[in-house]
Amino acid sequence: MNVLVCVKRVPSTGAKIVLTENQREIETRYLGFTVSPHEECAVEEAVRLVEARGGASVVLTLGPEVAVEQLRDSMALGIDRAILLETDGSEWDSMATAAAIVEAVRAQHDAGTDFDVLLFGNEAADTGGYQAPIRVAHALNLPCVSGIKSLEIKDGAAIAKREGPGGWEVFEVSLPAVFTVKEGINLPRYPSLPGRLKAKKKPVDRIEPQRNGGKLKMVKLMNPKEEVSQADVLGEGPGAAPKIVEILKEMGVV
Amino acid sequence: MILGLIEHDRGMLNEMSLEMLTFGRDLANRLNLPLEAVLIGEGANALAEGLQAYGVSKVHLVQHPRLDDYAPEAWAQSVVELIESEKPQAVMASGTDRGNEVLAYVGARTNLPMAANCTEVEPGDPYTVTRVRWGGSLLEEAHLTGEPKLLTVAPFMIPVEEGEAAGELVLNTVTPALDDKDFRVRVVERVKSTGDTVSLTDARVVVGGGRGVGSSEGFESLDELAALLEGAVGCSRAVTNQGWRPHADQIGQTGARIAPDLYIACGISGAIQHTVGCKGAKQILVINADPEAPILSKAGYAVIGDLHEVVPVLNAEIKKLKNQ
Ligand SMILES: Cc1cc2nc3c(=O)[nH]c(=O)nc-3n(C[C@H](O)[C@H](O)[C@H](O)COP(=O)(O)OP(=O)(O)OC[C@H]3O[C@@H](n4cnc5c(N)ncnc54)[C@H](O)[C@@H]3O)c2cc1C
Ligand SMILES: Nc1ncnc2c1ncn2[C@@H]1O[C@H](COP(=O)(O)O)[C@@H](O)[C@H]1O
Repeated sequence: MNVLVCVKRVPSTGAKIVLTENQREIETRYLGFTVSPHEECAVEEAVRLVEARGGASVVLTLGPEVAVEQLRDSMALGIDRAILLETDGSEWDSMATAAAIVEAVRAQHDAGTDFDVLLFGNEAADTGGYQAPIRVAHALNLPCVSGIKSLEIKDGAAIAKREGPGGWEVFEVSLPAVFTVKEGINLPRYPSLPGRLKAKKKPVDRIEPQRNGGKLKMVKLMNPKEEVSQADVLGEGPGAAPKIVEILKEMGVV
Repeated sequence: MILGLIEHDRGMLNEMSLEMLTFGRDLANRLNLPLEAVLIGEGANALAEGLQAYGVSKVHLVQHPRLDDYAPEAWAQSVVELIESEKPQAVMASGTDRGNEVLAYVGARTNLPMAANCTEVEPGDPYTVTRVRWGGSLLEEAHLTGEPKLLTVAPFMIPVEEGEAAGELVLNTVTPALDDKDFRVRVVERVKSTGDTVSLTDARVVVGGGRGVGSSEGFESLDELAALLEGAVGCSRAVTNQGWRPHADQIGQTGARIAPDLYIACGISGAIQHTVGCKGAKQILVINADPEAPILSKAGYAVIGDLHEVVPVLNAEIKKLKNQ
């Protein structure tokens, strides 16, 4: 079974998002980078599928050269090889991203690799487009189940579950298929030291994608207006407990 | 006209659709266009009448023998056919799992862009929309092109308001041409969630624990506090990552959004991906060892100290009060 998983490099922001002066980017000078937790779970799911059924797992990202870091992180967890769709780092909307991913999947097919399962995050952590995987599925004429928190493969078919109104919704689709994953589907492993060392030697294919689409254009970014409160410090240590009780009484919760 | 996709589950209205209609009516009024709605599946027919109070002048009832339960591609194809016959200037849905899913398929099938989770729209060509990023921690102003404009409305941002509709409500029944492919993704079974405890999203009081709790056993006193206050326990991602609590308890961008009267955040630093999940809390009380923890700037009250010392004493005080 061959599995493709798509991840997007995003900054690890802390308690506050700081924008650059032109309001077009997040100030990332002092930040590390990561991928969405949904995508971390998608990577884990890909590794487990291949561990259980053989085949190969491939991680793909569209982004600047430095996004190789996220590809290596994924390979440290057990992904076999990587594809970098290298850009100049400017923002691509979900539609353009999906078109480039479709091209890459077709190129893999031409080179002899067909994917049975294509895994994505439910939404990118930064832009939250909620559509790239569905566009990929449509272009490749594959079924897509989104927002799944459980995936079971049986005889060329997949049973996927997601949370719906009042419980779980169960979907059954034949493979190949696209799935978008939500955090909670599994508990991702931590990379081991040997895993990290191996990841350094795993192959990364570099491709310069064509930019098509790009019809949702960001003009500027803004921090939402937020009330900053000055917390009333009730005290230090357990001695403050009676004061907390007073507050709880006032609020009518006790 | 402006077309709104009404979300329902086998005939049960999703209230978020009313936020979307409020948003859509405002846009329609500014453009001097009618607001119309689409209801998919016969089981939803009964909802049509109620939509007039929100300014809807016409409801398109999509009927098809196979449209008995949710099937995203069939729903999308139904909308695509209405786009072709009715030529709406904009099509909108709620920024929910289903709303975003269906409009993404509509975007894919029509090769048009789609703007998810908008909070504001300025019509024109292109439309200028404001939409949320980072799960609500950041806003973006963007230009949206396309004919029609496809967008979803960010949940919990637009207060629902009723509004006038022009004249009598018109019903238009249509039957789309759907094939097997449109039904290859559909709900085949449902499993009821078995939860007898207070759910995180409905709880009046939520007790949250972060890395500072230190272990799964460390949550015992938080569980007790939640039980005493008839609330629920939540946690940060640092906790689920360690396997101390199940992901269902996680609050934040990739977890649950909570809106309790009181959120008691213990040993949580206040990363923006966490605090975006508790924005809806009316009051926040922080228990943290660090007086500089960023979460203090979101809180009304704080106690500085070791949660393992503070919470047990607090529990004892509450029990004392209850026994009086
Ligand atoms: C795209 C993305 C999505 C994310 N989604 C989520 C999400 O949905 N939910 C979420 O929570 N996080 C999310 N995160 C992770 C988030 O950025 C933080 O890493 C996480 O919230 C930190 O959890 P924490 O506050 O428990 O831990 P820390 O940041 O380590 O804070 C621990 C706190 O505990 C205090 N403390 C320690 N010991 C004690 C003690 N004995 N008594 C009292 N206080 C003590 C410390 O002073 C500190 O303030 C996401 C991250 C990314 C990049
Ligand atoms: N630049 C990218 N590179 C690789 N995968 C991406 C990229 N952008 C989005 N994706 C994938 O598509 C999912 C949904 O993205 P979106 O529709 O843009 O919110 C993400 O969780 C990723 O799995």
